[in-house]
Formats: sequence, C-alpha cells, structure tokens
Amino acid sequence: MTLFLFILIPIAGGLLAWITAAWNKELPRWIALLVMLFELVLAASLWWQLDDAARWSSDQWIDTFQRPWMPRFGISFSLAMDGLSLLMLVLTFFLGTLSVLVSWNEIKERTGFFHFNLLFVLGGITGVFLTMDLFLFYFFWEVMLIPMYFLIGIWGHANRTYAAFKFFIFTQAGGLLMLLAILGLYFVHAHSTGVFTFSYFELLDTPLEQNVGRWLMLGFLIAFIVKLPAIPFHTWLPDAHTEAPTAGSVILAGLLLKTGAYGILRFVIPLFPEASHFFAPWIMLLGAVGILYGGKLAYAQTDFKRLVAYTSVSHMGFVLLGAFAFNALAWQGVVMQMITHGISTGALFMIAGSLYERLHTRELGKMGGLWPALPRMGVVSMVFVMASLGLPGLGNFIAEFLILVGSWQAQPVITIAATIGLVVATIYSLRIMQKIFFGVSHREYKLPDLSIREGLMMAPLVIAIIWLGVYPQPVINAVKPTIPAIVQAPPVQPVPIAIHPTK
Amino acid sequence: MQWIYLIPALPFLGALILILFSGRIGKMGVSLIGCGSIGIAALITGIAGAQFISGNVQSFVLPLWNWMQIGDFNAGITLNLDPLSLAFTFVITFVGFLIHVYSTGYMADDPDFSRFFACMNLFVGAMLMLVLADNLLLMYFGWEGVGLCSYLLIGFWYKDPANGAAARKAFIVTRVGDTAMAIALFMLVQHTGSLQLSTVLAKAPVLWTTGDTTVVTIAFLLLGGAVGKSAQLPLQTWLPDAMAGPTPVSALIHAATMVTAGVYLIARTNILFTLSPAAQATVAIVGAVTLLIAGCSAFVQTDIKRVLAYSTISQIGYMFLALGVGAWSAAIFHFITHAFFKALLFMSAGAIIVALHHEQDMFKMGGLRTKLRGVFIVFLIGSASLAALPFVTAGFYSKDQIVWLAWTSAQGHIAYWLAALLGAFMTAMYTFRMVFLVFYGTEKTHVHHKPGNSMMIPLYILAVLSTIAGFIELPHTLGHLTLLSDFLAPVLPAVEAHHGSAAMEWTSQGIAALLSFLGIYLMWRFLSIPVVDGLKQYWKSGWGFDAAYNWIFVKPFVYLARINRHDIIDRLYTGLATLTRSLHRMMSATQSGILRWYIMGIVMGAVVILSVIIWRQYAV
Repeated sequence: MTLFLFILIPIAGGLLAWITAAWNKELPRWIALLVMLFELVLAASLWWQLDDAARWSSDQWIDTFQRPWMPRFGISFSLAMDGLSLLMLVLTFFLGTLSVLVSWNEIKERTGFFHFNLLFVLGGITGVFLTMDLFLFYFFWEVMLIPMYFLIGIWGHANRTYAAFKFFIFTQAGGLLMLLAILGLYFVHAHSTGVFTFSYFELLDTPLEQNVGRWLMLGFLIAFIVKLPAIPFHTWLPDAHTEAPTAGSVILAGLLLKTGAYGILRFVIPLFPEASHFFAPWIMLLGAVGILYGGKLAYAQTDFKRLVAYTSVSHMGFVLLGAFAFNALAWQGVVMQMITHGISTGALFMIAGSLYERLHTRELGKMGGLWPALPRMGVVSMVFVMASLGLPGLGNFIAEFLILVGSWQAQPVITIAATIGLVVATIYSLRIMQKIFFGVSHREYKLPDLSIREGLMMAPLVIAIIWLGVYPQPVINAVKPTIPAIVQAPPVQPVPIAIHPTK
Repeated sequence: MQWIYLIPALPFLGALILILFSGRIGKMGVSLIGCGSIGIAALITGIAGAQFISGNVQSFVLPLWNWMQIGDFNAGITLNLDPLSLAFTFVITFVGFLIHVYSTGYMADDPDFSRFFACMNLFVGAMLMLVLADNLLLMYFGWEGVGLCSYLLIGFWYKDPANGAAARKAFIVTRVGDTAMAIALFMLVQHTGSLQLSTVLAKAPVLWTTGDTTVVTIAFLLLGGAVGKSAQLPLQTWLPDAMAGPTPVSALIHAATMVTAGVYLIARTNILFTLSPAAQATVAIVGAVTLLIAGCSAFVQTDIKRVLAYSTISQIGYMFLALGVGAWSAAIFHFITHAFFKALLFMSAGAIIVALHHEQDMFKMGGLRTKLRGVFIVFLIGSASLAALPFVTAGFYSKDQIVWLAWTSAQGHIAYWLAALLGAFMTAMYTFRMVFLVFYGTEKTHVHHKPGNSMMIPLYILAVLSTIAGFIELPHTLGHLTLLSDFLAPVLPAVEAHHGSAAMEWTSQGIAALLSFLGIYLMWRFLSIPVVDGLKQYWKSGWGFDAAYNWIFVKPFVYLARINRHDIIDRLYTGLATLTRSLHRMMSATQSGILRWYIMGIVMGAVVILSVIIWRQYAV
C-alpha cells in the first residue's frame, strides 16, 4: 500500500494545489512542499530501517503492490520496490523538495498550475521507478512527459516554445519506439507461452530468437538513451535545460535523465541479456564518445545553463559505459552516478538560477569577479564544480571511479578514452569558476549573498555530496541485492563484433 | 596510538571552522586556529615519532571506517603510520607549522586572511591523508585534494586573470598525470583485486616476474602520476607559473611538500618499480634530464621566485634520480633537507619581496646585504645548503649521497653521475647568481618595511635545520652514520651498491665540492655565463615546452571547441525539421483551391497508376 501512496500523494497533492490556487496564490507552494517533505520522510525512513547489510542481502524486493487493471489484456497495476527503486525515490523526493523551494521566488504566475505540473512530473517519475508492468510503465513514462512540456513551455526563458517542442518530439519519438518494442515483446511472449501479459516478472523469461531479441532491445534502448541522453540523441537536452525554469532544469537533469539510466538497468539488460552482451562494446564506445564530445561542447559554451547541460551529456556517458560493462563494480558506480549527478547538477542549476535572479543573465561573459560579492555562493559553487570534475571526497568521484574500474575489466581501450574525459571535465569545470567568480568584475556589484532560503537548499546538497563521497556504503548496500538480477544473464558466448550472415 | 587520527583531522577541522566562520572570528582567531591546528598536529607527530624512535612501535595501522566495500573489493579510510609516512608527516606538519606562522606576518594586510588559512589548513590535511593512506585509493584522495588546494592557492589573488590561468594550468597539467595514475589503479584492481598497499606489494612479486609487461605498464602509469605532481619532465611546465600564488604557498606546496608527492608514491611502491627495470631506469633518466634542463632554466631567470621554482624542479630531479637507481632512502633524505632549505629560501625571498613592495625582479634588487641583515644571513645559509657547500650544510650530505650512488648503485651509471655533478655545478651557479644579484651591488629599490618576528623566527629555525639536518646520515668517508636509512629500513630496501672504494668516494666528493666552489667563484667574477641570446631566451622559456604544448594540445582543443560550439549533430535534426517544413510547404502549395488543378491532378494520378499497371502486365 505504501508504494501506491508514493504515487497517489503527489498526484492528489497536485490536484489540490491547482484547486486551492483559486483562493490563495501562496497555498500551492506550501502544499507542494508538505507533500514532498512527507514523501521524503517516508522514503528515507524506509531506507533508514533497511540500512543493514544483512537485511539487504536476503531478498531483492522490499515491498510489492498488485491489483488487476485490465486482466483481459494481461495488464495489472503492479508495483514493486527494491533497493534501486528506493534510492531513486529518495533522490526524487529530495530533489522534488528542493525544486519546490527553488521556485519560491522565481515563479510568480499561475502558481497553482505550476505546482500541479511539478507534482505530476514527480508523481510520474515515482511511478516509473516503481512499476513492474510494462504497460503501466509506458503510461507513467508519458505522465512525466506532458507536465514537463508545460513547465518548460509556460514558465521557461525566452526561447521556451522551441525548447519545449524539441523536448517533446525527441522523447515522444523514443517513447513510441519503446511502445512498439513493448508490444513486440508482449506478442512474442504470448506466441511462445500462450500467456498474454505485460508483467515484468513474467516477461523476464521470454525465450527470444536472437534477431528478434536484438531488435526489441534496440527499441527499448533508443527510448532510454534519448532520455539519458547519449549522442547522437542529446541535442534536445541543452535547449530544454537552458530554457526551463530552475525547478524544471533541476528535475530534468536530476531525475528525468535518471529514468533513462534506470530503464537500462531495470529493463534493457535483464529482459535482453543476449542482445545486451552483443551490443555492449558498441554502446560502451558510444558512452566514451559521449563523455569526450559532451565535455568538449561544455567547454565551448558561453551560457552557464547550457554549459551545465552539456556536462550532463558527458556525465551520462559514464552511465552507458558502466551499465554495459557487466560487473558489480561498474553497476554500483552507475547507480552512484545517477544519484550524485542528480545532486551535483541539480545544485549547479540552482546556482545558475540564483545568479539569474541577481544578474538577470546566464551569459558567462557578463559575469566575472563575483567572489567578493558572493563568497558563500562561491564556496558552494566550488564544491559542486569540484564534484563535477570528480574530486575524491565528493560522491561523483566514487561513481566515476567505480564505473571506470569496472569498465576497465571489460574494455580497457574504451576506458582509457573515458578516463581522458576526466581531464576534459577539469578543463570545463575550472572555466566555470574562473568565468563567474574570479577575475575582475565588470561593474561594482552590490548583490545579496545566499539568502536563508537558498542556504537551506544548498546545505543539504553540500552535505549529501560530501557524505556520499566519504561514506557511500549505505547506497552500495542498498543496490547490492538488485545486482544479481541484472547479472542473471546466460554466460556470455564471445560474440565477435562482425556482421555474420543470418538465416 | 589511536590518537594519530588527530594528525590529519586537526587541519581538516581547522579548515572547516575557518570556512564556516570566516569573517566572524577576527584575524587573531584565524591565526590561532590556522597555526594552532597544524602546531598541535606537529606535536602529536613528535610524540608518535618518539614512540617509533624508542623502538616501541614499528608501524601502526588505524582503520577509521569502511569507505566502500563491493564484493571482494574493499577500500577503507585507514591510516598507516610507518617510518616512511612518519618522515613525510614530520616534514609536512613541522615545516607546515613554521610556514603558517610566517604567513601570519606575510599575509597580515590581506583582506582574505581567513580564506588563505582555510586553504592552507585544507592543504595540510589533504597532504597528510596522501602520506598516511594505507591504500592507493585513499592516497588518490589526498593526491587530488592537494591538487585542489594548490589550485585554490595559486589563484588566491583571483583578480588578476593571469593568476587564474596559472592555477588552472597547474590543476589541468597535474590531472593529466593523475589520469595515468588512475589507470594504474584500475590495473591493480584487475590483477590484484585490491588497492591496499600491503596487499598489492605482497602480491606483486608472486604475480609477476621481473620485467612482466603488466607490472612494467603499471609502474610507468604510476610514474606518469608522479611526474605530474612532482613537476618532472614532461609535465614540469606548471610549476614555474605556479609562483603566481603567495610566497608561503610556494614554500609549502611548491617546494616542501606537495611537489614531492611523486617521490613518495614511487618510494612507497618501490617493489613495483624494482619489478620493472625499464620503468625504474626511466625514473632515473627523467630525473637526470629534468635536473639538467631545469638547472639551465633557473640560470637565466630574472624573477627570484622563478629561479627557486626551476631549482625545485631540478632538486626533485635529484630525488627521482635517486629513486631510479634504487637509492630509496637517499631520495627521502634529500626530500627532508630540501624541504628545509627550499622553504627557507622561498620564505626569505618572500621577506625580500614584501620589503621591496612586491618587487620580484632580481635585477631591480641589489645591495640588500646591509639593509636586510637577518634575511641576508638566512638566505645565505639556505643558498649554501642548496649549492651543497661541503661539510657544514645539510644539502651537501643529501646531495652527495645521490651523486655517489648514481654511479655506484646496482642500477647506477657513470652518465647519471656526470649529470648529477653537472647539475651540482649549475646549482651552485644559479644559487649564487641570485645571492650576488639580490644582496650585493648597488641598491636599486628602497626597502620600505622590515620583516617582523613572526616572519623571522621561522626563518631562523629553518636556517638551523638546513645546517644540522644533514648530520643524520653521513657517508662512509665522513663518519658513516646511517640513522635515517636505518629508520626507513623496514619500508625501503637498502641500496645495492657494488663497486666503489673509499678513495673513489673521496674523489667524487672532492669533485662535487670543487665544482660548487668553482660555480660560486665564476658567479662572483662574472655574474653571468656567456650564453647566446637565443639560447638564453629558449632556456628562460623553459625549453619551449609551453609553446609546444600550446600548439599540440591547447590550440587544437580550443579550435575544435570553437568551430563546433553549436553542435554539428544538432544541425542534423534542424535539417530534418527544415526538410519536413519545406515538404509541407510544397504540399500545401498544391492546395490552391483552383478546380482545374485538382482535376489535372486526378487525371495525372490516374494516368500514372494505369501506366504502372500496364507496364507490370506486359514488361515481364
């Protein structure tokens, strides 16, 4: 029942926020904040209770919830939670709370509808992380898409319509491919077993012909790597991130991208182990190219939010690299990367938002020399810039290190290329600090440093990123039971990377 | 011994307090916390050292908490105090403390006093983690942490973009080396399943025979990390620019401690290098070549801090040479004495710079012998030690050991010996060129401010240390004392020296001493050496490495970034959108509302369909 509540509360809260806005424009904020805090406490307390290596190792699934929905088609309202989902939920509600706070001063118009959309996106994301029925999964996948379109299109910056359209078309196109693949899998399963079902657990054992499996896998994979995003499907991301309001950017970078990564870990690899192994080297290569290409593009940007957006392309390359390395170290790293990237990039977008509130620009060329005016914001930025370049002691390092150690064992050459990405990350990250905080200011600034509200938002982020850097074990423990399920692939037969004639 | 966790914890705590309460505790408070945290850490190190020297403790491992554990892979936040890390800890805390005290005077008028001490404390904490780490991952934490602090402190005066550029250069260039080191760690995890130093070093001789490709690759990659951090060829280019930071930073980070991290790494993993003769020989060659080219560059600089920077590169070259010939403890010995005399030289240079209103050009100094008497004396002591004047200076004993072993150790070679001697000659020349330019001749810039006690007392202490620290290890010919190498013996194997008689050793020492004096005499007479102008410029620019890297790496990267700012891949999609739109326009153009066109269209369509049908019927 808890699982159902996790989804129901934000959705109900969203509706309530929309309705109450008619009486009071401030009420939706409080409703959204309370909803998110409640969810956060709920999820965190679950994690807290379970944080014990012994208890984690017993069973993968912590809780399940199942009700028939459309039994004739084999569709059920099936939810289940394991350590991976739980971590993603904690991240969702953590960043959700912050995205409510970050909009406190920024969003002045149509607060009711804004918070309705915000809570619906978050509810959709929650659903995506919990669903174990592929039809329902597709449903939630769309639920998170449409409110996001409104968030960008209504409350975004100058070029918001273009960005919103682009975001919608890219994700929708990917989503349709996934729908096709889901239906394909559904019929293949029915054909071979006679049972029509969308249930994840039953589809796991679908016997697949080699070619069919590979095509279906590509359908899922493309949907997820559009979302992730990996090159060459990344180009919606810089526009969407840049034009979205701060809360939108935080949710996009922190959470929506993670649904792509989650989809790979939860669906692509367990459903199609053979195909995943077959394509693994190429996907890892794509990841490494993304790391370098995204990093180089990040360096070239002059718009702060756009720069951070491209760093996401680079960092998500690590996810792709690690997910297809097929070993526990890399997978632990991938989950860690999902969490830490959510935190650090979310924080950078929040800083960008705070700077925009003060300077009314995102252009790096118009900033510079802000340290004396904003020392506290400078320190916070330094922490997250260092996180983004992978400084040990901060969570992102753990993630990248584990991914690289793991992928080294699978593909050393590709790993070397990815490791060079660390140098590129240094180059673009340091440029951020230089352009914004160091150097001489163009004019005499009299700017307020971090306000109490901003301080309250930043402090948990800083604490979280340092905590994950020095004591990541609770996350590692939580993910551990999920890993055998991912590894449960038939032993790999060395498949040469060559096109061989098919029947 | 549980309390040794305080050694790194105190500086971190100090940094945390200074960051959180900056501007609320006043200058006095900042000084007390900044220096106090390091001072107490130094005291604790002293107590721990007493335990070791008295023989009560051989080594002490303190697990603090489990950093990460995944399957069989395990890395802990675990400290390891053994003779080698103790030697480094001692230098870091003790010299660090003196530099902190000096900084209270040097930075007294800086508005960012508190930020300075926060960064310095953070640095000391990270550096201590580097040397105290019991596994390579934790060492990597310290390794990158000191890189961060180095970056923050080089760019401390952030208003000048040049300082920011120097800071970024330091970070990025060292990161190139760090990347190599990271790959070495990946390989070690793959082959030994661990990053625990004790495990790795115990497994290495079992897993690999001498010269095995894997271990040679690992050693080379570790060397990559070491040359980055220690500013050796080919990644030495960042150190001279790093002088943009405040002088105490140069003394602490870019002379005494951080830049010797590479030496520490190689000494710590000496078993891996012994197993890879090719890599170890490369260490020696890198050291020998670096000490020579940096010596040449030091000789033609005009900025006093850049002379000292090149000199540091050159002296670390000696340490690498020692490591490369298997004279492990000799490298550590030179590290200790170098920390004393180079910190001394940097800080006295800082005293001069402040006295002359931030003038760093030696050609604008001169005649300071009488005006800054105290500084002159300590600078002279430091210079004598750097130039390795025989018998009375610490530098003589440590350098002499390296010179001698470069030839006579098992991996030694006469070419190394010659390089070391030539380097010693150049060292004497550039050092005393500096002394004569700064303190002799006519006064060119007026002294406006004399350094106070907080700056002078640390200098006096270091001056004493620069003299007596050499007596802990004396050569065969002069008493033969081996306190340091005995102390380090549990960690560092003794050097294998196979040939060389006392007479030869006397000759070697005699030549070295003679060369030092000759160098000083030449400087006294001529103050410069006839070098062609072009060559001088070439040396001054650091042998053109900067220009080469600029052309090979920086420019192409910036160019590629610039031309592709708008992401060529996005064009593909824009193109797709444009195509769709133009198709749409073409199609909508046919919807003209003119009936004739529609009928025409229907007729044409019918004709096409009919012809296709007919063609299909008869063409087959």
